[in-house]
This record gives sequence, structure tokens and C-alpha cells, in this order.
Amino acid sequence: MGGGDGGGGDKMAVCIAVIAKENYPLYIRSVPTENELKFHYTVHTSLDVVDEKISAMGKALVDQRELYLGLLYPTEDYKVYGYVTNSKVKFVMVVDSSNTALRDNEIRSMFRKLHNSYTDIMCNPFYNPGDRIHSRAFDNTVNSMMMQVC
Amino acid sequence: MEQGPAAGSAAAAAAAAAAAAGTGGLLLPLSETEQQRYSELFSRCCPPPEAAAGGSSVGELFRASQLPPDTLHQITEVCGAKRVGYFGPAQFYIALKLIAAAQSGFPVRIESIKNELPLPRFMALKNDSEVRYGTPAELHGAKFQVPHATLEKNSYKRTDEGDKQEPKSPPMSPICSPPASPSTYQRIPLSYGYGKSRSGLEQQHGAPYEVRHSTHQQDGPSSGNYGAKPALGSSTLNRSLSAEREQPESSAHYSDDPWRITEEQRDYYINQFRSLQPDLNSFISGSVAKNFFTKSKLPIPELSHIWELSDVDCDGALTLPEFCAAFHLVVARKNGYQLPEKLPETLLPEYLQAASLKPIRDCTLFDSYSEPLPGGQQTRDFARTEKASAEEVPDNTALLQDAKKEDKQALKGSTALKTIPKEFQHLTVKTAAQESNALKARPRSRSYSSTSIEDAMKKGEEPPTPPPRPQKSHSRASSLDLNKIFQQNTQAARSGWLPPPPPALPPRPSVSQEVVLTQPPSKPARRKLRTETQGLETPELSPTIHVTSSLPAVKPHLPVQKQSSKQKRAIQTAIRKNKEANAVLARLNSELQQQLKEVHKERIALETQLEQLRPVTVL
Repeated sequence: MGGGDGGGGDKMAVCIAVIAKENYPLYIRSVPTENELKFHYTVHTSLDVVDEKISAMGKALVDQRELYLGLLYPTEDYKVYGYVTNSKVKFVMVVDSSNTALRDNEIRSMFRKLHNSYTDIMCNPFYNPGDRIHSRAFDNTVNSMMMQVC
Repeated sequence: MEQGPAAGSAAAAAAAAAAAAGTGGLLLPLSETEQQRYSELFSRCCPPPEAAAGGSSVGELFRASQLPPDTLHQITEVCGAKRVGYFGPAQFYIALKLIAAAQSGFPVRIESIKNELPLPRFMALKNDSEVRYGTPAELHGAKFQVPHATLEKNSYKRTDEGDKQEPKSPPMSPICSPPASPSTYQRIPLSYGYGKSRSGLEQQHGAPYEVRHSTHQQDGPSSGNYGAKPALGSSTLNRSLSAEREQPESSAHYSDDPWRITEEQRDYYINQFRSLQPDLNSFISGSVAKNFFTKSKLPIPELSHIWELSDVDCDGALTLPEFCAAFHLVVARKNGYQLPEKLPETLLPEYLQAASLKPIRDCTLFDSYSEPLPGGQQTRDFARTEKASAEEVPDNTALLQDAKKEDKQALKGSTALKTIPKEFQHLTVKTAAQESNALKARPRSRSYSSTSIEDAMKKGEEPPTPPPRPQKSHSRASSLDLNKIFQQNTQAARSGWLPPPPPALPPRPSVSQEVVLTQPPSKPARRKLRTETQGLETPELSPTIHVTSSLPAVKPHLPVQKQSSKQKRAIQTAIRKNKEANAVLARLNSELQQQLKEVHKERIALETQLEQLRPVTVL
């Protein structure tokens, strides 16, 4: 992938997206900024997988459904991970395939951090759910997780 | 750029030389720069047609030199103005030279000005870009003076070209940007529409800003306006002087930091907070704060960012320090400052809370550590229990019983008690969602305070009163409806229940037991929400009722008790009742939250089903 892991390569995602319940993006950020459209497309297609996983829980109570969905699908270049909140807001993370150092736990913790930042945004009374996310704190959190491109 | 004043200086220099001859043959050697400077200053203080400088403007100028008043008096005397009764050019120049001497540390005498001296320094005046501002310390100290003194500066600059203002602004840019929108600053307090805080603060800030606004509007030199300026200068001189007088205190707070909150600002913010939320230890919910800050007409993304900066614990509500920080940021933004990326240190809640200990006099969280203030404790307890999660309710009952013991020692609080019921109603109006939000996050910020409160209260614990008894009353009372509490309060007042003095233990439980007796008849009426708590209460009630039967014999002793401590006991009873009501609210809160959780679960389950039923995902 063009991004490469020149920036340390640990805990680095290539693209992070927050998708609303109605499946439109609230926030999407990718590094490298060229070919951004490709990431948008990837995230979009991953939504189908997310829906599949959610509906697979089906009859089970919402509580028993885990928030972390795990690897949604791997391609040769990258892997896509998913996470759903209780209010059907989805986080999708695209990671470089060559980044083998990333463990499942780390992905989980990254999603947890995202979720925490997201709840902080929700606490802001000036934020209307469904708006695009423009919070600087959230940007900082995402930036800390994204790959640094030299 | 110096042509106007230079032309004036040529004439003035000639006049000075002539006048100098008139002051007893004293020839004042003025260097070139001194001549220029002095003539500029003189032309400022004195409109060209007149021969003498206006006393008020000269006074301002002298005060701007930051010399002590008696030195200024001396200077006035020595330069001969007192003698002749006005500030002619000669007197003025001599005075300026004396000021320079005094600032350089020389005594105020004619001899000292015969030497070469640096130019006198006037803190608030900026003639040229080469004007020296003295040491940085003086500059910073004067920073806050400048907004008020810019008024004078602007009036002095009347005759200067407009482009002179540009070189001046860079050295003082952070403070000059406020003048860019002084009218909006003035409008902010007004637009909020809270009339109660029209204190001297607003007048102080409003008036100089207002005049500044008008001076800015008349940008571009027009000497026709100049005549008006000295009048304006003198009229607002009082206000700016009074502001300057308090500069020594507030300048101590100001480094070069626009993010530092001054005392007046803090008081203003506290008043605003009070208007939204009477309890200073409680918080403002998100929606209330949103409405309030939206009135400032700032764009929503900026308000969102301000919220993000100031809501440090991210709980969707603003405590008093958070509110002060947010308000300060709004004010700063309105005045043209850019919002910082990170909250400045001086706006952090810990910093503000530590600094706010003095201004907040009533019911402070920290004061009650040392003194047993039942009012403060109660508001704190209420505030705490409002936010306590269900798990903390047992802690609260333990705390309440300790607080109760300590309350017996303190007498004050009957008025505080009256206000507390109002706070109940006020607080219960809040939606359960907000409370649950607050509750989830509050424990992290309040836990430190509750543990130390426990310590403080346990110190004041009364040995004679055994723990179990009050606990029973609490658990009983916790199932009470709020109304029942108030009924019992009135009942207590009416029947004149007398809690006995601490040494006499046995009668005490009878008082609490009597509370029990009145409860059973009304218990069935409260079934609606408290089905689970009822189950808890009934087993506890039965043992207490047994105790009650044994104790009525003790009851007749009570009416014999003295009238002197009657009120005291009534107060203590009332205090206890309120504590019980406190526990009731905590229970109610936890129950409502549980219900909320269940409702949420149902909702999510329903939405899941809905999603499954939907044939096509809407993109």
C-alpha cells in the first residue's frame, strides 16, 4: 500500500470511519489522502458485512451482542475491522495488511478509544446526533491512531 | 508623519524658549528629540488655539507617567504651574523634564533637569513606534490599563494620522484586538438579558468600551472632533481612573494572559451561573447551557468547540468552574480572540475551583470540610446524592446518619432548610436522562469529595447516638414520597416533637418511630413506583413497630421538656427529615435510572427487529 508503515507501524490504521445508523458517514478520515475515494468505497462495501453480522445475532438480546465485530473481510492489501455501538453507530477501521504487528487486542482498544471519544462528542449539547463530526478532540484521537505518512 | 507636530514644535520651541526666559531666566536646554516629544505632548494636551494645556489632560498625562501622586505634585510645584496657575508651554516642558528625571530616579529639582535625561515615559501613550514602554513588567502591569487608557490614547491621537495607529498596534496587539469589537462586548451582557448583573462591572466595562467604540468610529483624523475629546476624556477619566485604581489588584492577576479571569469577571460569571442554577455546587445541564450560550450569537461550531474545551469531565453538564471557563471563552471569542486548541491552564476547573474558594461564600464544597454547616452539608449531600448511582445509596445513608449526628451540634440552618425543599423540586424537574448522564460521570469527580466529607463528618460524630436507630429511620424514610416528607415536616412543627438533648437517648427513637406510625396508613398509596422498595421496607418496618410499642411509655415524658430547646429540637427534626428526603431522592433517582435502562433496552431490541424487517437498507 502506498502509505507504508514508515511511521513506526504500531497501532496505526490507514482509514477510520464513523457511520451513522442510517449508513451514511459521519466522519471519515484516511491517510494517504490520495486515493481517498478507494477507502470510501471500501468502507461502504464493508457496511454490508456489518449488517450481516448484526443480523446474525438476530434473536439474541442486544446485550449479548458484542460491540466488536472483528475482522470484516481481508483483502490482499488491507484488512477491515468493524465495531458497532448500541445505538447502531458503526466504526470501521481499515488497516494495512502488512502491518502484522497489530493484534486483535490492540484493534479492540483502538475501537474502545474511538467509542469513548464518540461518547464525549455526544455529551456536547451543541452536537446534534446525525451531524457530521467536526470535533477537534475527536480529530486528535483519530490522528493518534492513524499512520503517520512521512 | 511628523509634519503637523513638527510644525507645531517649531512654533512651540520658540515659545518655549521665550517662556523659559520668563521663568526667571532659566534656560532649559532641550535636545532635538526632547523638543519634538515635548511639543507633541504639549499639542496633545492643548489644542493649538489655546496657549495653555488643559488641566485634566495634563493630569492624565502625568498620571500615565506612573509616578506617585506626591511626586507629581512636587513636579507641578517646581515647574511653576502652581505659581502661574496654568500649564504654559514652559511649565509643561519643565514638568516633562522633571518627570523624566523622576523616572530616572533623580530628585525633583530644577538642578536635576539641567542634565541630559532620557525621554519621560508615559505608559499609556504611544506617539511613535519608537516610544519605549518601559520594562516588560511595567508593560504587563499596564496591559489591563490599556483598554481603559486606549480611550485616552485615542483621544490624544486625534491629530495624528490614522496610519500611526498601525505601528502602535503590534506591540499591544492582544489587547488591541478587543477594541475591534468593543460594541459587541458591550452588547454581550445586554443581549443575555440578565438584568441582575448590571453592577459596576458592566458600567465600568461598558462605558470605556462605549467611548472607545465611538472613538473608533470616528477614525481618521478630524480635528473638529478634537474639541469633544477632552470632554469625553474628562468624563470617562473618572471611570478609567477608578478602573485603574483597581488595576493594582487585578493587574496582579494579569500576566500577559488574556485567559485569566479577573475578579469582576468571575463575579459576573457566578451571577450568571446563579441565574441558571441557584446551587453553586451543582451543575448546569447541557440543554440549559446550550440555550444560554446560543444567545451569544456565536456560530454553533464555535460554541461546540468551546463546550469541548470547557467540559473537562465530558459529562454533558457544566459545573461552576467549567461554566466560568466556557463563559470566559465566549467573551474572549466575542472580543476577537481565536479559540485555543487546548484549554489554557488558567481556565482549568481545578485552577478555577481553587481560586474560587474566596468568592463563593455560601455553601461551598470546601468550607464544609472544616465547619459543620448543615446547610452546606445538606446542599452538598443533595448534590451528591442527585448524582450518586444506585450503588452509592448505601454510602449515602451511612453518610447521612453521620451528618445527622453532626447536625445536632450546629444550630444554624433553618433558613437553609427552607431553601432545600425548593432545590428538591428544582432538581427533580431535571430529566432522568440528564441525571443518568451526570450520575455516570459524576462519581469520578465527586468521589474525592465524598470520602473526605465522610472523614470530616465522622470526626463530628456523636458517641452517644447509636448507629442502628437512625439507619432504620432512613431506610423507612427512603421509601417515602417527597410530599410525605414535607407533610411530616409540618407535622413535626405542629405537634412540636422535641428531639431530646443528646445525652438522653431513649426518647430519640420514639420520635423517629412516630414517623413510622404515620407511614403505614399512607403506604398503599405509594405503590406505583416503589414496588421493589416496598418489599424492602416492610420487613424493616415490623421490627421497628415492635420497638414502637415499647416506647410510647417514654413519649409522655417528651411534652414535659423545656421550651428553650424546643426550637432547637424542631430544627434538628427538620434537618433529619430533610436528610431522609435526601435518601428518598437518591432511591428515586436510582429507580428511574433502572427504568431508563430497561426502556433503552426495549427500544434497541425493537429497533433491531425493525431493521430486520426492513427489506432494503436505505442508503
